[in-house]
Amino acid sequence: MPLVTALAAAAAVLFPGAAASAASGTAFPVKVRAANGSVSIPARPTAIVSLSPTATEMLYAIGAGSQVKAVDEYSDYPPSAPHTNLDGDDPNVEAIASYKPDLVVLSDEAPGVDSQLGELGIPVLSDPAAANLAQEYAQFMELGEATGHEAQASAEVAKIKGQISAIVKSVHKSAKPLTYYYELDQTYYSATSSTFIGQVLGLLGLRSIADAAKGAAASGGYPQLSGEFILKSDPRYIFLADTICCGQSPATVAARPGWSDLTAVKDGRVLKLNDDIASRWGPRIVILLSEVAAELQQHPAS
Amino acid sequence: MTATAPARATEPVAVDAPEVRGPGARRTWVPMVVAASIMIVISLVSVCVGPVSVPPSQVLGTLLAHVPLLHFHTSTPPIDQAIVWQLRMPRIVLAGLVGAMLAAGGAAYQGIFRNPLADPYLLGVAAGAGLGATIEIVYGGDSSTFLPIFAFVGGSLAVAATYLIGVAGGRRAWGRSIVLAGVAVAALLTAIQTYLQQRDAEQIRQIYNWILGSFSVASWSDVTLILPYVVVSAAVLLAHRRMLDVLRVGEEEAGTLGIHAARTRLIVVAAATLGTAAAVSVSGLIGFVGIIVAHTVRLTAGASYRIIVPVSMIAGAAFLIGADLIARTVEAPAEVPIGVVTACIGAPFFLFVLVSRRAARGVGVGDT
Repeated sequence: MPLVTALAAAAAVLFPGAAASAASGTAFPVKVRAANGSVSIPARPTAIVSLSPTATEMLYAIGAGSQVKAVDEYSDYPPSAPHTNLDGDDPNVEAIASYKPDLVVLSDEAPGVDSQLGELGIPVLSDPAAANLAQEYAQFMELGEATGHEAQASAEVAKIKGQISAIVKSVHKSAKPLTYYYELDQTYYSATSSTFIGQVLGLLGLRSIADAAKGAAASGGYPQLSGEFILKSDPRYIFLADTICCGQSPATVAARPGWSDLTAVKDGRVLKLNDDIASRWGPRIVILLSEVAAELQQHPAS
Repeated sequence: MTATAPARATEPVAVDAPEVRGPGARRTWVPMVVAASIMIVISLVSVCVGPVSVPPSQVLGTLLAHVPLLHFHTSTPPIDQAIVWQLRMPRIVLAGLVGAMLAAGGAAYQGIFRNPLADPYLLGVAAGAGLGATIEIVYGGDSSTFLPIFAFVGGSLAVAATYLIGVAGGRRAWGRSIVLAGVAVAALLTAIQTYLQQRDAEQIRQIYNWILGSFSVASWSDVTLILPYVVVSAAVLLAHRRMLDVLRVGEEEAGTLGIHAARTRLIVVAAATLGTAAAVSVSGLIGFVGIIVAHTVRLTAGASYRIIVPVSMIAGAAFLIGADLIARTVEAPAEVPIGVVTACIGAPFFLFVLVSRRAARGVGVGDT
């Protein structure tokens, strides 16, 4: 069954074994292009501070985990990463500098932080939220170059691409796209098909009902939908990305006024997603995709 | 503002006094009927219009099907019935209750403090409710079941603290010291709230959503949750509307008329606080309603609290039902935060009323 292989392969991504330890022989110094421009890194970093949960997952996936010295409070994966109370959203330059990093990776361009760190002679890579899979792959490559793991980064990207195409092949696509409602919180904030997660789900032939919110594309693709619109749209699937933050489940969804009439609720096509994986653009996106693919196979919508 | 308000309050009262004390029955009923008609029209439009179009006949059928003892059967599809009865109706009723409460609370506070800038959040109820809600979201587990209770308790405690500190400042400068105490209590609680919110950035959207205010997930259970508080609070405020008129002329004068000023103030503040805390506990912090509805009523219908309190309730309900209609339709199927609508529509409308009435009567907002 192709799905099982895909799942197994997805698990392998997360635990790069002995193969990953071979150094890929990047010659330092290197110049890396990141979102904050061209960044030069004088020597192979051995004290990386990651203030982005996604970057943390990527660094470990490409075998640079042993060079990571500190990660921010929300970098909860892999569990072995050196957690600190550093705040990635509102970084304190002194607190970061106290770890004597030789490379800092951020996801948000907190104004002033990279120039302040620059004055301390610490190179900073800014890797903001990827808009699509191509950008995710580019960030893998960039982190690979910056840490001396170029070969592993391109192997990782090739592996993710392969797994995704295997998962996509395993799913029978209907002629008409299947609709879904993607829930970010219990006040009906949602994601359109043009967001990162929307594009990933689109690979399986799925289309978000939030696309009807025309202004949403302009505002980043995450509109707050009307309850009545969700009911009337009667989406084929409901994906809950608010299971950790807000404790939502198929049972809480079914208990909402009027929602028990939805066919997705009646036919059990409400899938719990891991909020953390769903909100990152890292290596575990493969797991999310395979879970959704499994749902499509187990509970096909007519 | 607090310093000048009492001084200002004395003169315009004289201007309006003959009208206010006139044979009031007709003057009270006309604005009430006008406001009620507006509210009914807005409610009817609200129940028929939404991001999903349901034909008015089916809307009517759905509503009739829910009239007890009528046993009306409708052929409206179940989803449309759910949209009208489970989503739109509770939204309209809840927006009406919250709007009525905020507007009446604002009117009462303006009367008690003789301060035109008084709104129901003056004594820290919003800051307290915000802190309560944040504590629940950050520490209260997953599902936010207890959010309204935390917000309600937080809001009530904040006002109680403000009141006790303000009264401890002595009887003479009562109004001023309690308003200043409110500013300080609100600043302190908002600081704590901001600290908790920043520390737990993962929940920031939930907190932010609540603070902006919304009826997007209103349900009948929200209505039944706040209804008892709103009814009691509204009844107390209505019962004290004449006393608010007497307090306008000053405390000592009120005393000679046999009114126990301190007790009246405590009762009115307690009632307005209870109702406001209940309202914001389910709606979040919706601004502008409390301050502009009462002033609009005052400028258009008359300066007596016998008119202002009941008409503000009805007009506040109409205003918020209308604002919510705009919030859920203008960018449909996406929602616009209702606080944005109340400010964008309410502020220019209020300025229009202010300027046109000023020109017509030569009287300003200071005439509380």
